[in-house]
Amino acid sequence: MKLPGLKRLGLSGRALVAAVPQFWLALFFLIPFVIVLKIAFSDAQIAMPPYQPLIEWVGEKALHIKLNFANFAFLVEDNLYWKAYLNSIFVAAVATLICLLIGYPMAYAIARTSPSTRNILLLLVILPFWTSFLLRVYAWIGLLKNNGLINNALIALGVIDQPIQMLQTDFAVYVGIVYSYLPFMILPLYANLEKLDLTLLEAAADLGSRPWEAFLKVTLPLSLPGIVAGCLLVFIPAVGEFVIPALLGDPGMLMIGKVLWTEFFNNRDWPVASAVAIALLLFLVIPIMFFQRAQDAESSAGGRR
Amino acid sequence: MSGGRPWFRMLSLVLGFAFLYVPIISLVVFSFNESRLVTVWGGFSTKWYGALLRNQQIIDAALLSLKIAAIAATVAVALGTLTGMALARFGPFRGRTLLSGMATAPLVMPEVITGLSLLLLFVTLEQLIGWPSGRGMTTIIIAHITFAMAFVTVIVQSRLAQFDESLEEAAQDLGARPAKVFFLVTLPIIFPALLSGWLLAFTLSLDDLVIASFVSGPGSSTLPMVVFSKVRLGVSPDINALATILITVVAIGVAVAGIVMARQQKLRDRDAQMALAANQQMIESLKKG
Repeated sequence: MKLPGLKRLGLSGRALVAAVPQFWLALFFLIPFVIVLKIAFSDAQIAMPPYQPLIEWVGEKALHIKLNFANFAFLVEDNLYWKAYLNSIFVAAVATLICLLIGYPMAYAIARTSPSTRNILLLLVILPFWTSFLLRVYAWIGLLKNNGLINNALIALGVIDQPIQMLQTDFAVYVGIVYSYLPFMILPLYANLEKLDLTLLEAAADLGSRPWEAFLKVTLPLSLPGIVAGCLLVFIPAVGEFVIPALLGDPGMLMIGKVLWTEFFNNRDWPVASAVAIALLLFLVIPIMFFQRAQDAESSAGGRR
Repeated sequence: MSGGRPWFRMLSLVLGFAFLYVPIISLVVFSFNESRLVTVWGGFSTKWYGALLRNQQIIDAALLSLKIAAIAATVAVALGTLTGMALARFGPFRGRTLLSGMATAPLVMPEVITGLSLLLLFVTLEQLIGWPSGRGMTTIIIAHITFAMAFVTVIVQSRLAQFDESLEEAAQDLGARPAKVFFLVTLPIIFPALLSGWLLAFTLSLDDLVIASFVSGPGSSTLPMVVFSKVRLGVSPDINALATILITVVAIGVAVAGIVMARQQKLRDRDAQMALAANQQMIESLKKG
């Protein structure tokens, strides 16, 4: 197929192939952030949409740009937001650590099984991911309730006489996050550990290392890229998590995703919701860039293989 | 010497998989419970499936979600394939870093941010050019395409990185134009990746609550939105029935895909062996001659 007209315009087929997604992502991914930034600096007003325009033509030719830092000042002054940010980061970090402690031995064990078993086990790790996230979180309500499966089982076994309050606690949120994001931890770790050269461990053993020494000095450092990728895949989305604290957590638990949701849907304060989003993004920009670095390194390493 | 103690590895697998599957199994078991109290067994019954199928709100929402997911997944595969091709095959070009950044950021971006930013875009666009007028199915589809194409891009890119570029170069040397090379050589090879990309995009769209809540309008509630408003009030057995249907469909789908892929792998292995044998024969005959 010849497109001489396009060629003359300097548009090769290749440029077109890249241009289509570039255009789409610029319009529906990049520009929206600019708008969020804009509205974060705008005043709230009772109208639809509920904020005042930021850029107005005043008089003849003077472009009048109002930057309203009040929304950010509000975030800084009000303790609620600080607490929500810090609490989200803390909860996400602890959940990520627990994911790593559960996921690493699993990924390691899967990578050491025979290739046919390995594929089945990997499938079993991915399978829950294909069923609804929302319904899997919902399943935990039935397990953790006061008259839920776990409490009933413990009472029947005579371990406790009174049900333990588990639903609507921080514990339930940790369980929910670890449960939902565990596959994201296992998969990159597995991809890394599978490539591990076992002769290195043999060499370490020959040189007198005990198994745990060989693990600490050889396996662990070599699997660091997998650990980083897995931790970021769990940590970043967990910070902004909304569904899990909303369904399993204490109604008063402060998580920033929930705060943003409330500002937007319940208080209808779009500028403050935007300011919350911008501040959350600033917190996450460094981990996201780390993730992209790792992602890029991984895909170019794949090309060399 | 395979590293680590076998019993410890076994234990971590058993406990880990129990953790992953006990909640899912409990969902399925209690969908057949006679009692309304989801956690107390009151005898076997399928009445909640009947209740689910008579719930018009859930049926409508499910149909809307399926429609959105099918369209969004198809467009996301097309755009994700273009992005994957550009990133894996074009070498350095203007805007590559930006494209790769924009293509992978939605993978980890908190959903509340994506949802809010897209809603604000749609509102602004409506003010400026009058499109999209109001929010509903179209805006949800656009939002889902945008975050699902990131997943397709990663799958396609890594598949392209794995297979040998020399196949495409050979076709080019034999005179095929780039478009022909793509459709006759590249596309058939990466087709399984596209298929799994489509399925993943479909599932992600079907599953999304947060982004859809931001960009949907009145009268366009997707299935997760209806489910969420129901389970917020507590457990209800018809949701267990819904979960069981979903899990069954996914399990069958995965089993079929697994069998098909295993068969294809066998075919490929056989072809490779035949090619090797033919090579061997040729070498033998050359030696003789």
